[in-house]
Amino acid sequence: MTTVLHGEPPAGLPPVTELPAARALRRTPWLGPALALAFFLAVCLLAAFPDAFAGDPAAIDPVNAFRDPAPGHLLGTDQLGRDTWARVVHGARASLALGFGATALAALVGIAWGLAAGLGGRLVDEATMRVADIFMAVPTTLMALLVVAVLGAGGPSVAVAIAVSLAPGFARVVRVQTQVVKHAGYVQAATALGVRRRGVVGRHIVPNVLPPMLVLATMNVGQSIIAGASLSFLGLGPQASSSEWGSLLSDARDHLQDAWAPAVFPGLAIALTVISISVLGRELRLRFEGRTER
Amino acid sequence: MTPPDALLSVRDLRVRFTTRHGPVDAVRGVSLAVEAGRCLAVVGESGSGKSVTARALIGLAGSNATVDATTMTFEGRSLLSLGERRWRRLRGARIGFVLQDALTSLDPLRRIEDEVAEPLDVHADLGRRERAERVRSLLGDVGIPDPAQRARQYPHELSGGLRQRALIASAIAAGPSLVVADEPTTALDVTIQAQVLDLLADMRDAGTAVLLISHDLTVVARMADHVAVMYAGLVVEEGPAAQVLHEPVHPYTRALLAAAPTLDPRGPAPTQIARLAPPTTGPGCPYRSRCALADARCHGELPALRATGDGPSLARCWHADAAEPLPTPAPRTVGTTTSGRRVVLEVDGVSKRFRVPGGGRRRAVDGVSFSLRAGEALGLVGESGSGKSTIAQIALGMLGPDDGRVLLDGASWSELREPDRRPHRSRIQLIQQDPLSSFDPRFTVERIIGEGLGQPSRRGAAAHRSRVVELLHRVGLDATILDRRGPQLSGGQRQRVAIARALGPEPEILVCDEPVSALDVSIQAQILDLFDTLRRDLGVALLFISHDLGVINRMCERVLVMKDGAIVEEGPVGDVLHTPRHAYTRELLAAVSADPATGRTPVRTGPTSVPEGRPT
Amino acid sequence: MVTTRWWLRRAGLGVLVIWGAATLSFIGLHLLSGDPARIIAGGGGAVSGSSEQILARINEQYGFHEPLIVQYGRFLGQLARGDLGMSYQLNQRVTTVIVDQLGPTVALALGAAVLGFGLALVLAVGTAGRPRAESLFSTLELLFVSTPSFWVGILLLTVFSFRLGWFPVFGNEGVASLVLPWLTLALPITGTLALVMRDGLQRALEQPFATTVLARGATATRLRLRHALRHALLPVLTLSGWTLGTLLGGVVVIETVFARAGIGQVAVTAVNGRDLPVVTGVVLVATVVFVVINTALDALTRVVDPRLRGVPE
Repeated sequence: MTTVLHGEPPAGLPPVTELPAARALRRTPWLGPALALAFFLAVCLLAAFPDAFAGDPAAIDPVNAFRDPAPGHLLGTDQLGRDTWARVVHGARASLALGFGATALAALVGIAWGLAAGLGGRLVDEATMRVADIFMAVPTTLMALLVVAVLGAGGPSVAVAIAVSLAPGFARVVRVQTQVVKHAGYVQAATALGVRRRGVVGRHIVPNVLPPMLVLATMNVGQSIIAGASLSFLGLGPQASSSEWGSLLSDARDHLQDAWAPAVFPGLAIALTVISISVLGRELRLRFEGRTER
Repeated sequence: MTPPDALLSVRDLRVRFTTRHGPVDAVRGVSLAVEAGRCLAVVGESGSGKSVTARALIGLAGSNATVDATTMTFEGRSLLSLGERRWRRLRGARIGFVLQDALTSLDPLRRIEDEVAEPLDVHADLGRRERAERVRSLLGDVGIPDPAQRARQYPHELSGGLRQRALIASAIAAGPSLVVADEPTTALDVTIQAQVLDLLADMRDAGTAVLLISHDLTVVARMADHVAVMYAGLVVEEGPAAQVLHEPVHPYTRALLAAAPTLDPRGPAPTQIARLAPPTTGPGCPYRSRCALADARCHGELPALRATGDGPSLARCWHADAAEPLPTPAPRTVGTTTSGRRVVLEVDGVSKRFRVPGGGRRRAVDGVSFSLRAGEALGLVGESGSGKSTIAQIALGMLGPDDGRVLLDGASWSELREPDRRPHRSRIQLIQQDPLSSFDPRFTVERIIGEGLGQPSRRGAAAHRSRVVELLHRVGLDATILDRRGPQLSGGQRQRVAIARALGPEPEILVCDEPVSALDVSIQAQILDLFDTLRRDLGVALLFISHDLGVINRMCERVLVMKDGAIVEEGPVGDVLHTPRHAYTRELLAAVSADPATGRTPVRTGPTSVPEGRPT
Repeated sequence: MVTTRWWLRRAGLGVLVIWGAATLSFIGLHLLSGDPARIIAGGGGAVSGSSEQILARINEQYGFHEPLIVQYGRFLGQLARGDLGMSYQLNQRVTTVIVDQLGPTVALALGAAVLGFGLALVLAVGTAGRPRAESLFSTLELLFVSTPSFWVGILLLTVFSFRLGWFPVFGNEGVASLVLPWLTLALPITGTLALVMRDGLQRALEQPFATTVLARGATATRLRLRHALRHALLPVLTLSGWTLGTLLGGVVVIETVFARAGIGQVAVTAVNGRDLPVVTGVVLVATVVFVVINTALDALTRVVDPRLRGVPE
């Protein structure tokens, strides 16, 4: 749903006041996206090989419970003395998997849905879009709750839950895009040249509908990570020991009076990851729509 | 040169904008004077500084603009270093401002009455009833029928002409002595343009001073008493309207006049502004890089605005006295007669209705019949909404008619199912108004043109490419652009590529839907030349759709005049343009005001102050 | 203004959407979730000790033995009378459960909506037309869309409740307990709406009509308040669906963060216990609220923007 926010191609990270760092970002427009890409790749690396970068996230050490960040436990420890850094690193995989899995599923279903609506006749269009109306009238989080209630808690059902709430959004955008392209001058020109309908769809319509979807999908990965974390926070997410970031926060919520570190760092991990993905999404968008002078 | 009784008098006006890329001098020393009851027109192309001049006169040049002048007086008081509060007291009250396109110049969320009355709200404290009465009488004054009802409506509910009238009503609401009109008719159809200009002329005759800003000489010719031609922030020629329009001195003015579409049977004198370079900076004449007469002196020194020869005009040109003739182009070849040839496209009693929002149906095309012969150029002229583009769609078989039928080479066409029609599609091709949108943004020129040639086999790739290059040559382009995409081409190149693509399947008929209306005048002429050549060399027939009578006159032997979905007049171009029988044709002709040099309208039909009733 | 025809059409669409959501719920309830009797008996998927007799009694009591189409008809019939069925676990009618908990949730959502909109208005009007603020807003937007609101809630709790002790740590006691939840729920709304409103104002000020208004001698303030502000409200209304979704979904998470009683807590408990009638009940109520408010705001859009009135959809 946040796509509405990006009506104007926003600038990368322009300055608030002219701090040296801000000036560097403004003068070198590639710096923001480059940093975002570096951070995102680092997170992916951690998610792929967590054991290479952190110890056992489940190692209990009651003597060292509720430690503030210090050498040895860089991000502190929780109520059982488990190392926050280790837990955050081992949670990365589940969070990313949720974000990407849900988005991929949503994109797949949504694109097929939208193309069917855009290319089918008026009846198909009307029917599929009314169904989308129904899905979009149920607030996202509640739709996810409904799906999890039906399928039971766990990683895959949370992914499906998020995908179900995102897919109609994809379908709508694809449908509108399809209709725009369908009436474009080049489709008419191809028809006049005698190109078959299948050729027009395959050569002109689909290739011109899909690329903008990559931007939308990127934006949605970030939102899916947040949604996944929210559902995990509610205790509905993956139940494994290497917990997803949202469930780390859920744990920490109960011990706020004793330690702040476990409540801060997993959230920071989510925020930074999503910010880096958003920045990359904006960059993609600029590439697609052409840079505007600012 | 400033008359003593001038209402507004400006000397040496300079406007400089501070931008990210350094200062920009938009106006570089302009002197103007407007008297009560007179109309001064400032003419120039976009970027000439004419609109900035107008805005500077009401103190709205913008926060990044520095306005400077030796004198700038209005109603005897100096406007220089006027505070914002004093400016506000002038704006709307003493100086009215009319902008282009009332759809965006009126607040779309407010009723007409509130928009018209805003100057009154700001400057006069009227009671509710008095205000309503004043609005009604203002709307009546500008020729809006049913003022009471119209006042309650919103801008989008009025037609373009009525909207522009409402905007004028708002500008004169507080009884200003000067009205500045910046391109007041540019967004309007020609007949409505004429009505709005007549309204402004009536105001002038009633004693209001009018400063008219326009890029369009036909508009200026209609009502200006005095004309100033601007180029690159300078006045390059000025004088009484008749003088400037009849005997232009500056090469730029002459080129402008020559490029304007004309109904002269010999066709227009083409392409004198062919080299459309931007104004040249640095010392010297800014027009020098576009000027056929430019010499060393023009490069070295900026000429002063000075009297020319015998007339009262002033011009800023070293060659003004010599009045050397500009190189004249060769007369155009007159089309051969095609009346005996076979009919390639026959449109027979075609009608088409569309659903309109709100449930009704609108008749877009109503019982239209005509035939197009091999190698013929048939013009179809009409204003927006007349149904001419729907005709194009039906002729191409993109849209099925509700009634009637279309025959292609005597065989059924509109009645075929698409799979049966597809093999014959190569015979009739389309040229669209906006070539860029007719190119798949991912495609290179090679793929764009190649699409009409079928899929290249692996072995035939070289032959495929050489055929594409051959088509490029045919439209006056070369192989260097093969790998470019649409946005990397110039406007003229794009339309040439679109034509090359349409020629690929070797069609007998080209349906051209406003093919040059998006192009600059000079490029327009080149593309029209290309169409002529193609017709002569390939014998392809043209169904040429345009709103522009000048273009139709230049291109076609026969013309159909369309209004509200029906053909109201048809015949050889010369006959229709010179002895029009239908009132609407006469109206169209009157609106383009023949040729700018002769000034006033040649044929006048009925009271033009009657506003059009077409709802939107 | 807004025609009867429009209202009828929108009411029809609304009923259609609610019926669709109800059908979805029914499908989830009876087709996808396995045997409901086992869920009731076991409180989960696996039933080991329950005898066939117990299952049969449950089936009898809830009518699960009847054909699905009959159950579906009864479900819709009950729904039409405002009856959402029996909870599997609480031994109460779902309607009663929801009505009991409605108060705190409405207070939370309404307060957050007002706060979010108010803050956005102040921010937008205060910063429109100031180039420097542009970059600030771009950064803020990025932060707001990238930060999970429940984490913001946890941070606020850590600082203001546990460290500074300004607000209670949990519970529903008085206004003080509402301040942090309101703020947490309002922040993402403020961020988005302020951005959109500011953008709308800016665009309106760049339109040709702004020049016309100034050329009539109006002041810049008059231009902003009489003309531009109305234009800025339009995109806000267009976003009403998003705003409502954020609010309704947000209360679920926020209530958990601040351990407040309310519909959200009811829903989360029900999902964990697979108490499907309660979950579908909450979802349906939220959907009805969403449809009703959204339709009302759409009507408001048509009042503000006369250009939409001639166009059916």
